Amino acid sequence: MIGLEFVYVLMGVMMFGIAAVNLRDRSSRKRYVNGAFWALYGVTFLVGSRLPDFVNGLLVIGMVLVMAIGKLGGPPPEAASRAEREASAARWGNRLFVPALAIPAVTLLGTMTLKSLHFHGTPLVAAKDVTLISLGLATVVALIVGVVMLRPPLAAPITEARRLMDAVSWAAVLPQMLAALGTMFALAGVGPIVAGVLERWIPLDTAFAVVATYTVGMALFTSVMGNAFAAFPVMTAGIGLPLVVHKFGGDVVVMAAVGMLSGYSGTLMTPMAANFNIVPAALLELPDENAVIKVQVPTGLLLLVANTAIMYFCVFR
Amino acid sequence: MSYLPLLGVLIVVVGFALRINPLLVVAAAAIATGLAAHHALVSVISSFGKAFIDSRSVAVIWLALPVIGLLERSGLKERARTVISKIKMATTGRLLLAYLALRQITASLGLTSLGGHAQMVRPLIAPMAEAAAEIQFGELPEKTRHRIRAHAAAADNVGVFYGEDIFIAIGSILLIKSFLEQSGVIVEATQLAVWAIPTAICAFVIHGTRLLLLDRSLAREIDAVRAESDTPADAA
Repeated sequence: MIGLEFVYVLMGVMMFGIAAVNLRDRSSRKRYVNGAFWALYGVTFLVGSRLPDFVNGLLVIGMVLVMAIGKLGGPPPEAASRAEREASAARWGNRLFVPALAIPAVTLLGTMTLKSLHFHGTPLVAAKDVTLISLGLATVVALIVGVVMLRPPLAAPITEARRLMDAVSWAAVLPQMLAALGTMFALAGVGPIVAGVLERWIPLDTAFAVVATYTVGMALFTSVMGNAFAAFPVMTAGIGLPLVVHKFGGDVVVMAAVGMLSGYSGTLMTPMAANFNIVPAALLELPDENAVIKVQVPTGLLLLVANTAIMYFCVFR
Repeated sequence: MSYLPLLGVLIVVVGFALRINPLLVVAAAAIATGLAAHHALVSVISSFGKAFIDSRSVAVIWLALPVIGLLERSGLKERARTVISKIKMATTGRLLLAYLALRQITASLGLTSLGGHAQMVRPLIAPMAEAAAEIQFGELPEKTRHRIRAHAAAADNVGVFYGEDIFIAIGSILLIKSFLEQSGVIVEATQLAVWAIPTAICAFVIHGTRLLLLDRSLAREIDAVRAESDTPADAA
C-alpha cells in the first residue's frame, strides 16, 4: 500500500537535496543558514512520524530560531540567461507545456482511478489521502517526462528546486505553522471565548442584527483563525443555530451554506490564510507580502455584503 | 471566563501590524497560547510539534518545484508569453477573467486540482497576464508587473473558493453536514451545494467586473509612472 509516508519521504529527500545545494554554494553568504533551515525541515518529513512529539516540537523551534537569528538568504540568480531561455523556448515550443500540464492531469487521473485499485484484496492507497498521493505521484511523473524530454544536466532539477524554494523561503513553512497555531487555539478554548465576546457586546434583538452578526462574525473569526472550517462550528453553535434558526425561525440549510461562504470573505482578507495569500506572494516574488490580500480586499468586502443580503432575504422564507 | 488565552490572538495582531516576520510571530503566539491556557512547557512543545507534523500534507505541493524550475530554465515562461502574443484579443483583464471562469467551473465539478499557485499561476497564468499587458503597453514598470501578478494569484483564489462549494463531496460541505448532524439536524449535501450557487454567481460578477476594469486601471497607472519619470528629464 502506498501511503502519505511515501510522499513525505520524497519531500524529505528533496529538502535534504535543497540543503545540500545551499551548503555547496560558495557564492552564497547565507549557505549555512539556509542549509540548516531546509535540513531541519527535511528531518520533520523523513522521520517526523517516528520521532516523539517533543523532539518534533524542538525541531520546529530550531527552524524558527535559525531563521530569526541567522536571517535566511534570498535565491541565487537564474542559471540560464534570458537569451538561452528564449532560444530554448523557440526550440521546444508548446511541448514545454506538456510536463507542466502533466501535474494537474496526472493528479486528476490518480484521484479518479487509484481508489479502485486493489492489491491482494487491500486497497492500493488509503481513500482519504488519494488526492495528496496522486499529487505526489504526478510531480514525479512530470519530472520524469521533463528530464527525458529536455535532457538537462543531472543536478538541474534540484538546483532549480533550490532556486524556487529559497525564493519562497520561510513562507513555505507558514501554512503548517498556522495549522499548529490553530491546534493551540483549540486546546486553549479561544473559539468559545471569542463567540462569548460577540454575544455579550452586540445587541441581537432584530433578525437583521442576528444575520449580520453571524456573517460578519464568520468573516472576522475566519480572519483570526485563517480558516473558515475552524470558525464555522464555533459561530454556528453560538449564533447560527440558536439565534438565526431557533429564535428567528430561519432555514438551517441557507444559514449553514451561506454562513460558511461568508467565512471565505475572511479567508481572502487575512495573512493567516497563508497558503492562499502569503505563499503566492512569495512564489511570485512580490516585495510586499500582503500584495495578494490588498488585491482581494474589495472582492472580499463586496461578497460579505452580498452574502449578508442573500442570507437576510432567503433564510426567513 | 478568563480572557488570558486570547494572548495568542493579540500577539498575532500586534506582530503582523508591526511587520515582524510572520513565521516568528505565529510560532511565538502558538507557544504563548498554550502557556496562557496553563499547560506545562514540555506539553506545549509536544502539542506544537504534533500539530506541525500532522499538517505536513499542506506542504506536498512543493514537490512540484523541481519540474517547474526545470521548465522555467528551459523557457516555459517565455513560451507562455509567445502564446499570448498570438492571441490578438488578449488583455490582462480578459485573460484573468477567462481563468477565473475556468477555475470556478472546474472547481464546481470537484476538479480543484486543476489550478493552484505553484502548478498554474507561477509558471503559466502570471507570465501570460504580464505578457498581455506588455503587448498592450510596452515595457512595464515594476509596480505594475507586481500588481498583475497579485491579480493572477487572486483570480485563482476567488475561482476555487466560490466554485468548490457547489460540488457536493468537497470538505466544507461535508463539514457542515457532519456538524449539523451532531446538533441533531439532518440536511442533504445537495441542498447545501445548491445554496452555494447565488454566492458563486455574485463572486463571478463582482470579481469579473473588477478584472474587466483592471485593464483601464493599469493604463492609468502606467501613464502616471511614465509622466513621473519624464518630468525630471524634461526639467533637466
